[in-house]
Amino acid sequence: MAVKTASGAPAPLPAAHASGGAVKGLWAWLNKRLPLQEFIDSQLIGYYAPKNFNIWYFFGSLALVVLALQLVSGIFLTMFYKVGELTSFDSVEYIMREVDYGWLIRYLHSTGASAFFIVVYLHMFRALLYGSYRAPRELLWLIGMLLYLTLMAEAFMGYVLPWGNMSFWGAQVIVNLFGTIPGIGPELVIWIRGDYGIADATLNRFFALHVAAIPLALLLLVLLHLVALRQTGSNNPDGIEIKAKLGRDGKPLDGVPFHPYYTVKDTVAVGVFFVLFAIVVFFVPTLGGLFLESPNFEPANPLSTPEHIAPVWYFTPYYAILRAVPDQRLGALLMLLAVVLFLFLPWLDRSPVKSIRYKGWMSRVALTLFAISFLALGYLGLQPAEGLYVVLARIFALVYFLFFLLMPFYTWLDPVKPVPERVTYHAH
Amino acid sequence: MPTEVEPAARTRLAGALLAVALLSGAALLPAISAAEAQEKEAAVRFGADWHTWHANNDVKDLPSLQRGARNFVSYCLGCHSLKYERWSRLGEDLKIPTALLQLDLLPPGEKMTAYILTAMPAGDAENWFGKTPPDLSLMARARGRDYLYQYLKTFYVDPTRQTGANNLRLPATAMPHVLAEVEGLKRAVFRDASTAVAGGGVMHEQVFDHFEPLSPGRLSAADYDVFVRDTVNFLDYVSEPTQAARRALGVWVVLFLLVFTWLAWLVKREYWKDVR
Repeated sequence: MAVKTASGAPAPLPAAHASGGAVKGLWAWLNKRLPLQEFIDSQLIGYYAPKNFNIWYFFGSLALVVLALQLVSGIFLTMFYKVGELTSFDSVEYIMREVDYGWLIRYLHSTGASAFFIVVYLHMFRALLYGSYRAPRELLWLIGMLLYLTLMAEAFMGYVLPWGNMSFWGAQVIVNLFGTIPGIGPELVIWIRGDYGIADATLNRFFALHVAAIPLALLLLVLLHLVALRQTGSNNPDGIEIKAKLGRDGKPLDGVPFHPYYTVKDTVAVGVFFVLFAIVVFFVPTLGGLFLESPNFEPANPLSTPEHIAPVWYFTPYYAILRAVPDQRLGALLMLLAVVLFLFLPWLDRSPVKSIRYKGWMSRVALTLFAISFLALGYLGLQPAEGLYVVLARIFALVYFLFFLLMPFYTWLDPVKPVPERVTYHAH
Repeated sequence: MPTEVEPAARTRLAGALLAVALLSGAALLPAISAAEAQEKEAAVRFGADWHTWHANNDVKDLPSLQRGARNFVSYCLGCHSLKYERWSRLGEDLKIPTALLQLDLLPPGEKMTAYILTAMPAGDAENWFGKTPPDLSLMARARGRDYLYQYLKTFYVDPTRQTGANNLRLPATAMPHVLAEVEGLKRAVFRDASTAVAGGGVMHEQVFDHFEPLSPGRLSAADYDVFVRDTVNFLDYVSEPTQAARRALGVWVVLFLLVFTWLAWLVKREYWKDVR
């Protein structure tokens, strides 16, 4: 039976359009035992996504693509990488020089780490723009934030594995932050390191966590994130619920089947992403020391501190906040708060509308200032902590925190615009 | 009337053009003399701008890499290793025939598949220099090509140092000026930049001003520059032997991805034209 979609487009072909009888037979055999077709029909073709997604809506599927890339390239790296303080650095160079296309696998993985954060930051900013964290998607947002925190742990531990000098000193700085916890701090740091300093034991456990424990947690959280998304359905740039306007067939009037409409659209985004990604991998893999820092081409040396220790760019906004505070304990606390505050967004935002399109000037100004602060802090975190840099970091850190802390007030006072009944969509 | 206006306009135009020409000429003159003066000054005050020197090397330049390998084996290998590079790899990548490599570069009795290691025992090296000379495999990536170039070009005679030499890029370097025989000797002229500080004291500071040649080496200044550039080029290659292959492959990958993206966009447009 021919099904017409809400948008009037013809329904896509059934997935089992195999030409050969043998393939058809195999498909039938499989489906009797595993509900493959049922899954495709209900979850991909039967899942209706708003038709008015814009460029900001590519980053979720891109994050999934980068995750797959990291898993595959990571597995290949593990085949040649030899964990241990005497072997790690050498084995990475072995991969770079003597393993066939080892350099490619390593650069895919190291560039992938940075790409992951670029994609995730844009994905999060999208949520800020269009109020995707608001009810009924609070849990979706919380799971997403948990994913972000897990990703940070994954990236940090991965950065230690090449056992370069920045790996060593970066680990030293980050792990020591746990030492600022009152009472248990010093003991906790020794427990984390498994030694009195960053050493072989630390490297080995970070390897175990990086290649097994955390990836499993990431996969589980991604699954939960997707299930939660499927439950509530996607938000959209207008911030209105497409499920509120159903057609006679019970499908959302402003939705299109995820497959094929968004599978083909996301494929274009994947193509564009990989063009940019390949330019970095093949022509500027270190990106001027931003994706791979120069001191990390020297082996870990506890006796020689790099000129200034800076984490990789994706942690620098928080690092700038840490260093902006003279007291280390308070700095660490504010750094933690800077990440944790994201969790409270669904309840801090009191605006009657979700999308920035219909919010007033106050929310717009606040979000713009926040984005500028985040980028500025990211830049300042890469600079030495002295003079004007510290002053600026304090100013931007203040703006960063005020964005969250004042949110209940400015979103409540903000004059909002009327929200349309249906999504805004211009056919191409 | 128009016949009268026309010449007048022409005159005005010519006058304006002349003025522009004169003005730009006047503006250019000081620029030219400044450039000349700079050139003269540079000749006199050699090295004053050393921290802006760039290696400007090219890892695709095979003859330069081959000369760099020769320089390395002649002058560096005595103390420094390239522990991640094999002799055979060097021969393949730099297109040096095996027979030639064995004759000119390979230490006697060494296997082609061996890593490029110095014969100097690390313990002795530490005794002699105070520290083991670092492995140079990754130095160009860790410190940068410009760093190496500046380092090799800013050695100067300093009798206060144990080795008799000092360096601007790495002050108090433990390395002797092994290339003195090639470059010749030069001395550093410092100028007094002492400043009065608040409270009536004086902060004494000696700032490097320029180099003065003492005695010539085997090579002229220009040839020594090529010598250093070749050596840095070779170390750049060694720091990432696959870099030329990486860039070459990258062109095709990006082209493929562009075509893929274009096709994907065509498919997307086809599907989405039905969505109203």
